[in-house]
Amino acid sequence: MKRGTLMIPLLLIAAIIVSALAVVRTKHENRALVAELETLRTERERLDMEWAQLQLEEATLASNNRVERIAREQLGMVEPRDYEIVDQTPVAGAAR
Amino acid sequence: MSARRSVTPPAEPVGGWRRAFVLGALGVGACVVFGRAFQLQVIDQDFLAAEGSKRFIRNVVIPAHRGAIVDRRGEPLALSAPVESLWAVPQALLDSPQHVEAVAKLLGRRPAEFRKFLEARTERKFVYISDPLSPAEAKRVLSLGAPGVFSDPAYARYYPAGEVAGQIVGFCGRDGAGLEGIEKSQESVLRGKQGSRRVIRDRAGRIVEDNLEFAEAQSGEDVQLTIDLRIQYLAYRELKDAVIRHKAKGGSIVIADSATGDILAVASQPGFNPNNPGERKPPGTRNRAIVDSFEPGSTAKPLLVAQALELGLFQPTSTVDTGPGWFKVGALTVRDVHPGGVMDLAKILAKSSNVGAAKIGLTLGPEAVWSGFQRFGIAEPIYTGFPGEAGSVLRHYSEWGQIATATASYGYGWSVNALHMVRAYAALANDGLMPHLRLIRNTRPVPPQRAISANTAREVRHMLETVVAPGGSATRAAIHGYQVAGKTGTARKLSDTGVYDPNRHQALFVGMVPAERPRLVGLVVIDEPGDGGYYGGLVAAPVFSNVMQGAARLLQISPDGTDTPDLAPPDAPRLTVALPPETPASAPKAKAGAALVKVAEPRL
Repeated sequence: MKRGTLMIPLLLIAAIIVSALAVVRTKHENRALVAELETLRTERERLDMEWAQLQLEEATLASNNRVERIAREQLGMVEPRDYEIVDQTPVAGAAR
Repeated sequence: MSARRSVTPPAEPVGGWRRAFVLGALGVGACVVFGRAFQLQVIDQDFLAAEGSKRFIRNVVIPAHRGAIVDRRGEPLALSAPVESLWAVPQALLDSPQHVEAVAKLLGRRPAEFRKFLEARTERKFVYISDPLSPAEAKRVLSLGAPGVFSDPAYARYYPAGEVAGQIVGFCGRDGAGLEGIEKSQESVLRGKQGSRRVIRDRAGRIVEDNLEFAEAQSGEDVQLTIDLRIQYLAYRELKDAVIRHKAKGGSIVIADSATGDILAVASQPGFNPNNPGERKPPGTRNRAIVDSFEPGSTAKPLLVAQALELGLFQPTSTVDTGPGWFKVGALTVRDVHPGGVMDLAKILAKSSNVGAAKIGLTLGPEAVWSGFQRFGIAEPIYTGFPGEAGSVLRHYSEWGQIATATASYGYGWSVNALHMVRAYAALANDGLMPHLRLIRNTRPVPPQRAISANTAREVRHMLETVVAPGGSATRAAIHGYQVAGKTGTARKLSDTGVYDPNRHQALFVGMVPAERPRLVGLVVIDEPGDGGYYGGLVAAPVFSNVMQGAARLLQISPDGTDTPDLAPPDAPRLTVALPPETPASAPKAKAGAALVKVAEPRL
């Protein structure tokens, strides 16, 4: 009985120390994860920006105005004015 | 033990005050400590907690992006992209002259001029030294390490389509809120809501905890228009060409899908480039096709003929004697440009006879003429969601006398905006079912209304084919390989004194392609053409022809108009695809569109 009463506080003290260390560890892990989350958020923002810029660049390069100018002036292309429309409609039923 | 006790001197009696003094001193000390603790913990708690938080808690703004505006194929018309605005503390920068020069060079300004610019502002602590730059350019300037030069990140709005779609899309102000066009009307959808979060930072500025408070950022939604940028470009280019060639004051063009009511192109001249803040002012920003109204002139005649057929008072074969080409109604003399004697209805339209139209109108009577225009939604707003849409003016028939009835019959005395005319002709094109015109794709489709019977619509369309056929007034609207139906108009404009000016005209053409089963409806208005004639058939019809030819090719519309999926029965195999494939993002909306088509099914 006497031994038992001594063991309980000792066990509790050990448990407290273990849990305190666990808290430290968890806190550390939490901070590491927060830091990682932060880097990922920054990365996402950067990618968002890049995406917007690439979209813009693509739209600028592919603008009808520019394509037409290059086609007409550099490549010497013209619109077909004299053409014939060929009906290539598949026979109904054949498509199924 | 006992010996020690014996040597212990007898305790002298201690003064009671010493005990009291010690206890008192301890008591006072305890009170001071307790009081100080009370002061810190209770009285100053808020202040101290706030001061503490200030040292490690930070509010971080989570930026929200403004939604993009895209065309029906997902091509961007308005986009937000990140920029950096460089600013400087003038005095700090001036203190290191070699940096002033380097910064000026990178910004593309002359060093001397840049120095003067800074010297004029030495009193200030904050001066923008550049327009918004791309992040890469800003980085180059910052990497010089010039003292007192900083940058602010921001978002700027770009309009990749430039002036081609400028008037529809509109633009945003410096604060990022829409000021014109769709940017303005769809502000609540496009605008994002900034979020914020509270975080704990360590000394190095790293975020170590961020589970305090959190408000999520809500980015703005994209707005998809029904515009097809390819057709928009084509329409804008041809319109601009025509306006320049004919030295006109302006012009507008509208192309719409007659089956679904989707507006594929709206452009007007003069235009402006929304990317250039200097051009953001009237008249360029004015979308004439939507915010201006005009008298439709001869383009109203097919609507009158449709009403005459619908009421059964006239048959397609009925004839009207237009006499010598003039006709007196009270004080008014109605005149024809090409007198034609006895004409049938098709010829009245082909020759655009005012006398014929006036006689039909007077036979129907004011109420029937008025209700005929009402059928085509002339008095109803379009509700496209574009700000500042012009209303129509159509006085009640009870105010019409003989003269008003006659003039209304050939399109004077009432006014509409361009979209009203397009909608009315879409009803003729769509076998009598008048679609609801849409400019914004995200909106819920509204089922079309029946304006006239399918038979009447087909008969009027046949008559309108003769307008474009050889001998009609608009042979230049013809498209190689396609049948075109349409009507010219040459409306005189009211002068400032309120009488019709014989020298100022509006040349109009409104038509549909292919005539047998129309898919596209288009309207071209050229305002005050000065050079090369002023008749609609000469000025406006060629623009229509060029644009529609390109549009029919782009949309793969077959020459007879059959097999266009939206007009085919739902269970028929899809043979050709008339409209471009949906982008994946808008797939659910496409389903809603299919439901509309079922309603629009013209098999009645």
